[in-house]
Amino acid sequence: MTLDQLKPGSRCRIKSLSVRDKLGQRLLDMGVYPGSQLKVVRNAPLEDPMEVSLGSFFMSLRHDEARFVEVEL
Amino acid sequence: MKQEKTLVALAGQPNCGKSTVFNALTGASQHVANYPGVTVEKMTGSYRRDGGKVEVVDLPGTYSLTSYSPEERVSRDFLLHENPSVAVNVADASNLKRHLYLTLQLLEMRVPVVLNLNMMDVAERRGIQINTRELGGLLGVEVIPTSMKAGHGKEELKEAIARVAAAGLPDPPAQVDYGSMEPTLREIQNAFSMAFKGQSAQNTVPLRWLAIKLMEGDSEVEGLVRKGFSNPEECLALAHEKKTQFEAQQGIAPERHIAHRRHQAADTISRSSIKPKKGEGIPLSDKVDRVVCNRFLGPAILVGVIYLLYYLSIVQGYNLTNYTWPLLANIRAFTEAITPSPGFIEIPLIRAFALWFVDSINALLNYIPIFFILFGLIAILEDSGYMPRMAFMLDRLFNRFGLHGQSTLPMVLGGIYVGGCAVPGVMSCKGIPDERSRLATILIIPMLNCLAKVPLYVLMINIYFAAQKGLAMFFISTISLLMVLPAAKLLTLTVLKKRPTAPFIMEMPPYHLPTIRGVLGRAVERVWLFVRKIITIVAAVAVVIFVLLQFPGISSDRMVHYNAEKGKAVSAFFKDIAGTPFAEKLETEDIMPLLLYWEDYKTAKISAHSEEAVARVNADFEKTNPLFLAISNPGGDKAAKKANRALKELVKSRNGLQREMRKERIDASFLGRLGKALEPVTRWAGFNWRVNVALLSAFAAKESSVATLGALYDQGETGDQSLEKRMAEGETGFTPLHALALMLFMVLYPPCIAATIMVKIQSGSIKWMLFSMIYPMVLGLAVAVLVFSGGSALGLTGLQAMFAFYGLALAATIAAGFIKNREEFS
Repeated sequence: MTLDQLKPGSRCRIKSLSVRDKLGQRLLDMGVYPGSQLKVVRNAPLEDPMEVSLGSFFMSLRHDEARFVEVEL
Repeated sequence: MKQEKTLVALAGQPNCGKSTVFNALTGASQHVANYPGVTVEKMTGSYRRDGGKVEVVDLPGTYSLTSYSPEERVSRDFLLHENPSVAVNVADASNLKRHLYLTLQLLEMRVPVVLNLNMMDVAERRGIQINTRELGGLLGVEVIPTSMKAGHGKEELKEAIARVAAAGLPDPPAQVDYGSMEPTLREIQNAFSMAFKGQSAQNTVPLRWLAIKLMEGDSEVEGLVRKGFSNPEECLALAHEKKTQFEAQQGIAPERHIAHRRHQAADTISRSSIKPKKGEGIPLSDKVDRVVCNRFLGPAILVGVIYLLYYLSIVQGYNLTNYTWPLLANIRAFTEAITPSPGFIEIPLIRAFALWFVDSINALLNYIPIFFILFGLIAILEDSGYMPRMAFMLDRLFNRFGLHGQSTLPMVLGGIYVGGCAVPGVMSCKGIPDERSRLATILIIPMLNCLAKVPLYVLMINIYFAAQKGLAMFFISTISLLMVLPAAKLLTLTVLKKRPTAPFIMEMPPYHLPTIRGVLGRAVERVWLFVRKIITIVAAVAVVIFVLLQFPGISSDRMVHYNAEKGKAVSAFFKDIAGTPFAEKLETEDIMPLLLYWEDYKTAKISAHSEEAVARVNADFEKTNPLFLAISNPGGDKAAKKANRALKELVKSRNGLQREMRKERIDASFLGRLGKALEPVTRWAGFNWRVNVALLSAFAAKESSVATLGALYDQGETGDQSLEKRMAEGETGFTPLHALALMLFMVLYPPCIAATIMVKIQSGSIKWMLFSMIYPMVLGLAVAVLVFSGGSALGLTGLQAMFAFYGLALAATIAAGFIKNREEFS
């Protein structure tokens, strides 16, 4: 399952990333790496992008970017 | 021991209050420039301490120090190559764990670090207690807690900077334990130190950092190695091999392992130095966002904010100019007073030039109240944290056209409906992280409806669409967005196709209450930037346009003709007053003083509102010249009345002659010739040479188009006919279709000088600046030709063509929304 498929309110654990370089590194720097916990907070009014939280840190990303994040509930 | 100059770098993640720290340290001594070759802003400032100068460079806020974004690259390069004595790492005390991720990377770069825990007050309010001693011990650096917004801790920080600058690098620094990667890192490090003993690059580039970066697969660092060491291929090959080996053996990408260990180390350190409040509830900001980013309320609030921004700055700011304009008018009056007074038909060149110059500058200075309010409001949006929410809500819409969520504010400022300004619009593009979207936004902003385009629309609509005013105004207000969106798409699919993009990933920081000082400071600073950078260049261009409009001027035999006309007018005056007592008292030399006296008298009387005031004016003028006053204010005297009529007749002839000469001068001017030379092309768009001249002169400032048209269609004898009437009479062949083509060209008109300079600053290249001038011209001409020639061929009326074009633009916008941009990540 990938992050972009999750509905607001769901919590998940990150399994792996299927992208490297620019996007991959940025996800890592923001704390999205295998093992970290994440919660989908909401979708934007036009559905995309989505907002997620890692602990007390909130960030938004496009669904197009979230599809490279493999997660498990 | 006193150092001459201490160089301090200010590093930190976004939203850590770094700019507050920078302002607190450096006060008013700030300087903005760009890092060479990129559009990343470089803020520098300084303060004095113990007789030495401390220079502070504010590095861009970044989460990390990789080579994937220009911001991170310039920060990293600065730390590596400029050898700052101290790097002050500003961190948000209420979010320590996240901010330590960067701190650990700074330590890896072996720069002396002072960790500035800012926003301590916020942390305390949230019940977070930090043991700064413990933290400092774990990291091996000085930790200085501050609450800069409240003004606490500035001196302590300055002291720490001085201490660390004097002490240099501590030994040994804390470092992240990369666990299973440590042996590999040591191997690479050893290989480098063995192979390059004594080579200079070793002194500036820490080898452990080099090894980590090579394991991360950082391509810039490879380049750095090639430049800094002679013949490093063997070592690089080894690093490559180790990297592949690590990935195969550990089953994890090295950069992932590195990031993971760093986050872990940050977590461990923050845990052991923080006593957090138990059971954290939902943060207040998230509660706010439930409303602000709500599916229905969010867009409504967004529209409200945009409306407020527009209302307060454009509408109220414009009202404010009613109070500031008299100041500018005084400058003009003063210029009039100190330059040589005009002759009967000739205006001294120096006077004409001085007035033109003052008018050009005043036209821009007049916008300062608007800009001041606008920049203040933008600062509030930035400081409060609402900006990322705006981007969050509209990203999907703009992304479809190759733009970015953060294009929202620039587009609002540029005039998404009607009445913006491209200068602040382009200026606010700098926050867009994605280069392709940023350039696209910069290039389309000038095609939105700025305030200065409105007078021409109003003129055209009043003459040619008088019956459908509301409809035509709606058309012109919304058509710009329908042309801008497909144009943005077109640009990102063609010229900007290869430009690098960036992930959208964006922090949604907690909301903060902006401070009055911060907001006012920023507003002043940006207005000052506008004045300094823009006005100087506009002044230079005003000179050029003046020359183009003024020269070569009227030929000498035509001047003979005009002088003869002048003689005729003067002798007509003397003939008219023959038989009155004035005929004997007036000489030919008195004519000019009389005319000027009459003008002054009229001006004085206009501003005299009460009877006493009029009496005072009369008394004053009586004192200067009783004879002239008798003519100017004839009362019941028959002879005086006759002379007054003759004087008015003379004034009329003089005005007529001056108008004729002005027209002839523009006609023969370089700009006039250019307008005529362009006619073979522009006639397909329905523009004759007069329109061409007006459009050319609009380049300095778009308001000029209407002013120039005013001069060109100036032919009435009485001078009180409105431009609408004069133009309608002067251009009998002009139809609503012509007007429509002209208005559409104006929508797509190249940016004015001020906006052009802003494009240059924000895009960082003259090439893009030139492109931003040429492509709208081509596009505008194409659209105007399509509407005019197409409309003529199909026999459409102006209104029909308007509807047809609107449909076409709407279809283009919808179609453009469905075309996909190049996939960046796969």
